[in-house]
Amino acid sequence: MAVKKLPVAKAINESLRTALEADPKVLVMGEDVGKLGGVFRVTDGLQKDFGEDRVIDTPLAESGIVGTAIGLALRGYRPVVEIQFDGFVFPAYDQIVTQLAKMHARSLGKVKVPVVIRIPYGGGIGAVEHHSESPEALFAHVAGLKVVSPSNSSDAYWMLQQAIQSDDPVIYFEPKRRYWEKGEVNTESIPDPLHGASVVREGTDATLVAYGPMVRTCLEAAAAAAEEGKSLEVVDLRSVSPIDFDTVQASVEKTGRLIVVHEAPVFFGSGAEIAARVTERCFYHLEAPVLRVGGFHSPYPPARVEEDYLPGLDRVLDAVDRSLAY
Amino acid sequence: MTVESTAARTPRRAGTGSGAKRTSAGAKKSAGAKKSASAEKATGPGTQPELVQLLTPEGERVENPAYDKYVADVTPEDLRALYRDMVMTRRFDAEAVTLQRQGELGLWPSLLGQEAAQVGSGRATRDDDYVFPTYREHGVAWCRGVDPTLLLGMFRGVNHGGWDPNSNNFHLYTIVIGSQTLHATGYAMGVAKDDADSAVVAYLGDGATSQGDVAEAFTFAAVYNAPVVFFCQNNQWAISEPTEKQSRVPLYQRAQGYGFPGVRVDGNDVLACLAVSKWALERARTGEGPSLVEAFTYRMGAHTTSDDPTRYRRDEEREAWEAKDPIKRLRAYLEAGGHADEAFFAELDAESETLGKRVRDVVRSMPDPEPMSIFENIYADGHALVDEERADFAAYQASFADAPADAVTGGEVK
Repeated sequence: MAVKKLPVAKAINESLRTALEADPKVLVMGEDVGKLGGVFRVTDGLQKDFGEDRVIDTPLAESGIVGTAIGLALRGYRPVVEIQFDGFVFPAYDQIVTQLAKMHARSLGKVKVPVVIRIPYGGGIGAVEHHSESPEALFAHVAGLKVVSPSNSSDAYWMLQQAIQSDDPVIYFEPKRRYWEKGEVNTESIPDPLHGASVVREGTDATLVAYGPMVRTCLEAAAAAAEEGKSLEVVDLRSVSPIDFDTVQASVEKTGRLIVVHEAPVFFGSGAEIAARVTERCFYHLEAPVLRVGGFHSPYPPARVEEDYLPGLDRVLDAVDRSLAY
Repeated sequence: MTVESTAARTPRRAGTGSGAKRTSAGAKKSAGAKKSASAEKATGPGTQPELVQLLTPEGERVENPAYDKYVADVTPEDLRALYRDMVMTRRFDAEAVTLQRQGELGLWPSLLGQEAAQVGSGRATRDDDYVFPTYREHGVAWCRGVDPTLLLGMFRGVNHGGWDPNSNNFHLYTIVIGSQTLHATGYAMGVAKDDADSAVVAYLGDGATSQGDVAEAFTFAAVYNAPVVFFCQNNQWAISEPTEKQSRVPLYQRAQGYGFPGVRVDGNDVLACLAVSKWALERARTGEGPSLVEAFTYRMGAHTTSDDPTRYRRDEEREAWEAKDPIKRLRAYLEAGGHADEAFFAELDAESETLGKRVRDVVRSMPDPEPMSIFENIYADGHALVDEERADFAAYQASFADAPADAVTGGEVK
């Protein structure tokens, strides 16, 4: 049965299973990924089936997890490491930025470090601090890294397969608030390119660009807007580094308006990059300035006010109204 | 006194157990070593540092029941080879310092004084072992067969590494302190997974032992019983900070807390460094896991050509270490034993001068990289933004009247 209906977390689990089966060099590493199956159970059952030598419970040391994964990659392995939560990646940030990202270039292309770093990210699950952050711009800013974020089960399955097969380091951001949302996964289809954006809803009045957890929010906003007679196009970016600007540009040239939506703080965020490039590419097609909807310039707030911080339907539609008012 | 470290006495394997005995000769002849160890501040009961030494600073061989067997097969020819390695390495290093002073290199981290630690440990490795250096392992690179001129590219500013690590199983120099200890540990975990009997050596300095990454590397290495040797060259100074600013206990004793042995070796004694490294590598190869070797040595020069050691250390300290020079020490032993004649030393002098000249010529003729090389090798699988910026920059370059042909053609430089 090639088509299954799976929640995002289970699709990632199936993807890891497929990769472990296909290539003996693939390893899964991280805190609690073995017997517990990960705190979100994303790696559930993998150690039981593939053994402790391939699904490796690590010491609680993020720099150690990434640093040893680099060494394993240099030895010919393809480690897929799990950082338990977004806010815990920073102890490993030095290894990712100063080592992992640069090693291919420093060796003049002689060595490859195909390490995938899985990071459950974003808010909306009522967690304590350091458990709900969106640090994707910090990684996208670093040359040598690739950054992707699936928004649905099919992409979750396929993009992880592609990330593991890539010879480059890939930061794979998992939208944890979408872990339990089900979608169809065709394990025999031909997937879209890893770094291509996709138009997930067509429209004519304005374009919404999002990735990861905000794609669904934007689709819901577009559905609500349609009831008011507004036609919104939604582009799922899928990849934050590189960004498929051709797809974004084509949509903006059609609609003349762009609103970028992400959970991360707007200031210096990926929306700023998208706004700047779209301005350069389609200045004469724009009917309004590119608007951004995202988090504030504040630490991720306590859970009881996170719904005020996170872009929701109303904030997205408010931005649409402002754009259409020009 | 020539005894094993506390940790090495752990009876994990025959021959390196509690049978270490002092010889009267050793006790007498290595008095200098004893003195230097005693000069260390005692940091607590039972923590008096102990030093493995096979050659005294005067070049006299002292017996060591625990480690003699690791150098039992060393022939006079091998001794001459070790001497040659140290002389050539020192000559190369001196040339690099000179080149920096002449403006040919932007920076140079000299290894002067650390030749024995590097050659002893480097020569203990096998071809199939893998080495993860810091940025000062010029002598280890020499032993691994890396063309020394390749080491100069990053200091001249033409690349950030530039050699193929897999050609000699010698990884790129790592500048961020201690990062490479994790890479070495991960690589060693891979060696163990492959059921290979090779080993991995992670070089680090005394300052690196303060880094979190080194602590994590020790943890991972211990937990996974990784076949890795942590070879710490304690050259007494981390730029301007003495070892006392890094640790309240002798560094080799740190290993005990992680559950593997640590040994302090006279880092200016090439024979002892060879022996202790062989012991540690054999442990790794036979599945006994990691170990920490602290080579107790001294950086005779500045940290790099950028700093000024007269601001932070006394001349008398340097002079005291000069008396323990690793090259003079082995030469005294070679001469006393009749293992080398004047012709050997003269030929070596000539050979080292030839190396110096070659290094000078190669550095001066190193081409600057092409501007378009900025866009090369950032990604193995390509990246749309890099492609776009490459094309834009090529177009920009081509806009000049005297644009090079490669810019005009789109900058696809290979």
